[in-house]
Amino acid sequence: MRSAIFFLTGVAMMLLGGWVGLPKVLYKQQAQPLDFSHKAHVVKAEMDCTGCHDFREDGSFAGVPKLDNCAGCHAEPVGTTANEKKLVEAHVTPEKEIGWLVYSKQPINTRFSHAIHVKKAELKCERCHGEHGKTETLRPYEYNVVSGYSRDIWGRSVSRLRRASHEGMKMDDCMDCHKEKGAVAGCLGCHR
Amino acid sequence: MAAGANEMKKTNRKYRYGMVIDLDACTGCGACMVACAAENNLAPAPAKVTDRTSITLMRVFQVKEPAPMPARKTAFVPMMCMQCDDPPCEHVCPQQAVELDPRTGIVDQMVQRCFGCRYCMAACPFHARYFNWFDPEWPAGMEQTLNPAVAPRMRGVVEKCDLCHGRFHEAQDRAAMEGSDNITYQPACAEACPAQAIRIGDLNNPDDPIQVQIGKPETFQFLVKLGTKPKMYYQSKHDWVKRLAERDSANGNSNRRDA
Ligand code: HEC
Ligand code: HEC
Ligand code: HEC
Ligand code: HEC
Ligand code: HEC
Repeated sequence: MRSAIFFLTGVAMMLLGGWVGLPKVLYKQQAQPLDFSHKAHVVKAEMDCTGCHDFREDGSFAGVPKLDNCAGCHAEPVGTTANEKKLVEAHVTPEKEIGWLVYSKQPINTRFSHAIHVKKAELKCERCHGEHGKTETLRPYEYNVVSGYSRDIWGRSVSRLRRASHEGMKMDDCMDCHKEKGAVAGCLGCHR
Repeated sequence: MAAGANEMKKTNRKYRYGMVIDLDACTGCGACMVACAAENNLAPAPAKVTDRTSITLMRVFQVKEPAPMPARKTAFVPMMCMQCDDPPCEHVCPQQAVELDPRTGIVDQMVQRCFGCRYCMAACPFHARYFNWFDPEWPAGMEQTLNPAVAPRMRGVVEKCDLCHGRFHEAQDRAAMEGSDNITYQPACAEACPAQAIRIGDLNNPDDPIQVQIGKPETFQFLVKLGTKPKMYYQSKHDWVKRLAERDSANGNSNRRDA
């Protein structure tokens, strides 16, 4: 009886340690090169998402905008924030690209098409990216030290229980939505 | 729900890509092989590589007519994965890393899942599969020329022609953008061929111009008797070339140059 109690306590402690400690060991943080406020641009400057994240004519997605996109408005500071000063002085004036870290970045052997999902299937950005388009500051980027993949691929919660629909974009998560919507893709539809 | 499912069926057209290669037009220049290697991010072969350990997803073979010299003719036969509808490589893969793509009819080779047992290479009657014996290495600076639409492979996995899947992806994006359901594209080999000997088309589409080519009497396929249902067709007006298609190595009637 006593040994059983010891044993079970041991198991519980290991589980707890793993559950709480592992994510701390497994994921490393990296700060974004510049803090960016979607709110300042989408709400205050009343810009559309497409003003910065547009499709090219051939159906490819421009993704995160290049510095050219910012330079038009930020050749000189429009506001007074330290952030904007940094943007102008460290990037726009010396024409040095901002190396944004992309939270949703998939491994290089994965192919994802925004044209199919946004244009053809008419899905909303929020379904896969949550409220990122309304955020005021950027959270730190976290990556898995073993695979080097962004933490957003697995999702924030290690247990994956009760997660929101946009949390996590593993192969299974792509598949779940495809099953629900009746979409068919072969291995090389999503891989390359 | 039922209506939704029907709707998906309407938009999710199923393709069955195949090619027709005109052997009488092929001059054996090898432009297709070069274009293929560049498109698919094949690293330059290391010095120690042999004929057996190199990777040529598209390979042009030279064959000679079994006739005495002045009359003897030569033909060139580009060989690549035949995209069989009943692929033996899929059946033998213990890892389910090979799949007949339900959307495109292309035999998908999933290098991510492959562990390099090479059963598929033994099973492939066309010798269209290649093993990565070495880590891919690009001379400094050359990695700038890599095609971002194709992920490089690592040592220890098998690869093969996937009908330029990166180009298919681009065509699919373009079609989605235009709201069209007609995905047409050119693989690198077809685009590069100066003789325009390589044509691609959708075999599921009765109106595709490729159907006219397939209907011609000079069109044939290699090793049909094995029942793997290849989707690659060849054309030649010469009987000796056509006879190659069912050649039986056991009867000693070899067409090889060194025979
Ligand atoms: C002024 C240009 C601009 C506008 C307008 C804009 N964005 Fe962004 N967006 C950015 C920049 C710069 C980044 C990179 C920094 C970051 O991750 O937020 C970004 C990143 C993102 C990302 C994160 C990609 C990732 O995984 O790291 C999403 C999602 C996104 N934007 C969605 C939206 C949506 C939705 C809207 C419209 C409501 C929008 N954006 C409007 C500039 C813009
Ligand atoms: C259409 C013009 C326009 C474009 C294009 C634009 N911005 Fe802005 N941005 C603004 C305005 C207006 C403000 C001021 C908001 C305020 O301070 O009230 C601003 C503010 C900022 C700030 C300071 C916000 C803060 O709260 O710290 C940063 C940083 C910034 N922008 C970065 C960018 C980057 C990076 C890009 C390119 C991806 C970009 N902007 C493109 C109009 C623009
Ligand atoms: C079906 C899910 C889905 C939808 C809908 C979606 N995205 Fe994405 N998004 C992704 C995935 C997955 C990636 C990662 C792609 C990759 O790394 O290849 C991504 C990447 C991005 C990136 C970074 C791209 C890069 O490489 O720099 C931006 C920016 C972005 N999305 C913005 C948007 C915007 C804006 C919308 C709405 C118009 C949107 N997304 C709709 C799933 C989605
Ligand atoms: C929110 C739902 C959703 C998520 C999440 C999602 N997809 Fe899709 N996907 C769809 C729908 C719906 C279609 C069908 C579009 C159509 O044909 O109308 C589709 C189609 C596709 C196709 C094209 C299939 C074909 O050949 O027609 C590919 C490839 C694809 N998705 C890849 C991905 C990948 C990779 C991911 C994960 C990173 C992903 N999808 C996540 C909804 C989703
Ligand atoms: C709907 C899109 C989709 C389809 C279809 C799909 N995959 Fe994936 N797969 C992904 C995504 C996204 C990832 C990367 C995220 C992850 O690791 O889960 C991935 C990752 C993988 C990985 C892990 C690779 C690594 O580097 O960690 C393997 C192996 C894999 N897929 C094999 C397959 C095989 C085999 C098939 C066909 C039976 C297939 N996939 C079909 C979307 C897909």
